[in-house]
Amino acid sequence: MMRIFILGALLWAGAVQADVSVKTVTSPGGLSAWVLEEPAIPFTALNIMFSGGAALDPPDKRGAAYMMTGLLDEGAGDLDSQAFASAREALSASFSFDVSDDTLSISVRILSENRAEALALLKTALIKPRFDAEAVERVRQQVLSILASNAQDPTDTAQRVWAEQAFGDHAYGASYQGTESSITALTRSDLLAAHQNLLVRDAVSISAVGDITAEELGPILDDLLGDLPAGSALETPPLELDIPAGLTVVDMPTPQSVAIFGHRGIDRADPDFFAAFILNTILGGNGIESRLTAEVREKRGLTYGISTVLLTKDRANVMLGQVASANDRIGAAIEVIRDEWSKLARDGVTAEELQAAQTYLTGAYPLRFDGNSQIARILVGMQRQGLGLDYINTRNARINAVTLSEINRVAARLLQPEALNFVVVGQPTGLKEE
Amino acid sequence: MFNKLIAILCLCLPVEALAQSKTTDFMLGNGMQVVVIEDHRAPVVVHMVWYKVGSADEPPGKSGIAHFLEHLMFKKTANLEAGELADTVAAHGGSHNAFTSFDYTGYFQRVAADRLDLMMQMEADRMTGLQLSPDDITVERNVVIEERNQRTESAPGALFNEHLQAALFLNHPYGVPIIGWMHELETLNYDDAMAFYKQHYAPNNAILVVAGDVTPQEVKALAEQYYGVVPANRAVAPRARRQEPPHRAARRVMFRDERVAQPFFARAYLAPERNSGDQRTAAALVYLAELLGGSGATSVLGQALQYDTRQAIYTSAQYSPTSLDHSSFSLVAVPAPEVPLQQIEDAVDATIANFLTHGIDIERFERIKSQFRASEIYAMDNVSGIARRYGAALTRGLTVADVQAWPQIVQSVTPQEVMEIAEQLFDEKASVTGWMMGPREETE
Repeated sequence: MMRIFILGALLWAGAVQADVSVKTVTSPGGLSAWVLEEPAIPFTALNIMFSGGAALDPPDKRGAAYMMTGLLDEGAGDLDSQAFASAREALSASFSFDVSDDTLSISVRILSENRAEALALLKTALIKPRFDAEAVERVRQQVLSILASNAQDPTDTAQRVWAEQAFGDHAYGASYQGTESSITALTRSDLLAAHQNLLVRDAVSISAVGDITAEELGPILDDLLGDLPAGSALETPPLELDIPAGLTVVDMPTPQSVAIFGHRGIDRADPDFFAAFILNTILGGNGIESRLTAEVREKRGLTYGISTVLLTKDRANVMLGQVASANDRIGAAIEVIRDEWSKLARDGVTAEELQAAQTYLTGAYPLRFDGNSQIARILVGMQRQGLGLDYINTRNARINAVTLSEINRVAARLLQPEALNFVVVGQPTGLKEE
Repeated sequence: MFNKLIAILCLCLPVEALAQSKTTDFMLGNGMQVVVIEDHRAPVVVHMVWYKVGSADEPPGKSGIAHFLEHLMFKKTANLEAGELADTVAAHGGSHNAFTSFDYTGYFQRVAADRLDLMMQMEADRMTGLQLSPDDITVERNVVIEERNQRTESAPGALFNEHLQAALFLNHPYGVPIIGWMHELETLNYDDAMAFYKQHYAPNNAILVVAGDVTPQEVKALAEQYYGVVPANRAVAPRARRQEPPHRAARRVMFRDERVAQPFFARAYLAPERNSGDQRTAAALVYLAELLGGSGATSVLGQALQYDTRQAIYTSAQYSPTSLDHSSFSLVAVPAPEVPLQQIEDAVDATIANFLTHGIDIERFERIKSQFRASEIYAMDNVSGIARRYGAALTRGLTVADVQAWPQIVQSVTPQEVMEIAEQLFDEKASVTGWMMGPREETE
């Protein structure tokens, strides 16, 4: 018995309206998915996202989920790595597998003309990856090469050190890509364990957009995912957030320093989240339009780019920023950032800034729903965040409902200039470690 | 997912091909070409103006001026305050940006379809109405210097590419980096920017591409209203760049940087590009790149070096068919630990020689052909991408008809044609070999 609910979501932004008629489907086997039927182009974009990611790696097996994910299309079922690649090429399908701390996601594009064959091939990658010794060693060398390059990259290094300081011994405190020693030590059974832990049926969110109907999708999902083990993902261990405040310099021979900075953030479920989201847009979220860009780039020419983001992970929320300036100018950039952080915490935003940000955010939202692949990504992300389909209709109203007094109260709550932690990688002049 | 490896060398852009969307083109009275691509799935429009001028059209000694001017185009104009265009786009929920290449400079906005007139009004205004101040120059030049710091000076791979490209082109300005050499970038001034602007920014040197939920009729009416009234500029001259002399000697770039953790080998050859009415050679080279280095698991280099002998952990072949003048064809191989660069270079050479002797695996050729066909279907999902194809082709001497013929030409290429161009391409004398080395690599 398959159930399909149809929910027409109409997006409004002044005169703009995007008609996104998303349906929800529950397959005979009990898998649920969101579908948008868009038959104009003969292909389907399918997104599958598992809750539970690299943060579930055992502490001494960091990188297991990352390497396992990279091996899913390196041989499966009767096909070795090269035969699998040839089969996928013959079908002109694209499969992309990606893992983060909290999720494992699969983005697929398949042609209508060979949909069944392409899905059958994808199924072997999900259910019966081989982890052949040859493939494991080949991918291990690739990962080690990436790690070695990352260690020489100022931005990667700054992010890694910031995370180590902020998250300590928690999985978030070490890169999901692992370390040279953890990757070197991983065995085939570690990869099998990661596969067994992460690809579980009840942890999955699914979206399909394109040349496919809701009726067709249900049985397809049962066939594709029905053989995965039942059960939910393990819980990522909780994390007591205790981010040190200060400034750390990591020496690296490069003419330009990269700084990562930030402090505690805000939960997506917090009633103040929307106000914080708009606040971040004004401070550094909306690239060229933000206060930090105006002050650091446009007025002073201290950087090519500066931005901030509210990062909401399953077990931690942080507000993070990034900037890069020549070694003799990064000190000036950091001073401006501290000043702007304090000014915004103390004085808040103006009514004009709030209104401009609201107009921008509500106007930009419907423009996101453009293209099958893009819409499929949005729909799977919404499910993963626990948002209902009605969110598409209510999101802009919630943005517009934020008042000046509310956002300025949240500015004082969220922005803590004295709590900022800076990690600077490069050879900055005139900067003191704190 | 291991795309970090793929990002190591990017002399070339990905394969371009064309999805058959409904396209209309016409010319305004002042010589501005207009292309309209319809896609009515979402109420969105992409509005792009492409100027037929890029970094390879810069005067000697002024490297970086095309890109610097691109930044300055967001400053004050006759009718807009500095930053007002960006503010206005944001106020309507849109996004915008600009880009500079060797052959073109482009500006675009992506907005709700009913805001197209406002975008045209602002874009037409800055086509000839820019009013720079000395302060703009000082501050924005620092921004561009930081951009070079970020993209190039902090990235040894980018510095290596810059040297490879400079060694490949003996005379053509493609040898000069788009962002400019630092010592020249630091001296660019108001007069340089305004001279370049006045010489090249004009309707008769521009192409308007509008893609999305629009009709050709409405675009035509708006284009005539906003762009049609901008007078043509007689100073716009046909592009005449210094061309390459015969290449008579292979070159080597031995690049060492203490920040390099992963050494690699690269080889670039001068290669023909798409020309109007003459695109078959370029289409054959697109196959050659895919056959030799498209996918590690199935390509000639990948099979030989990553699978059979495991001397490499990554290989690729890259070719960008669309270019005004010469293009390049490049090979990359990242050695496995303990494999010296000389060994990987010899292995690449032996693999290419073997390919020239034994020819093409026909099954693989057919798979690649069907993938090119499928890529046209997937490409239709992204109307901005289709718009970029037209802009990138029309600013390089190709016509709308050439762009539309390209997918069929790609489908009609034969293995014989690929082998014929391969025989000509791998001419050692028209090549540069590069070794990217960290502190420990030995040169012998």
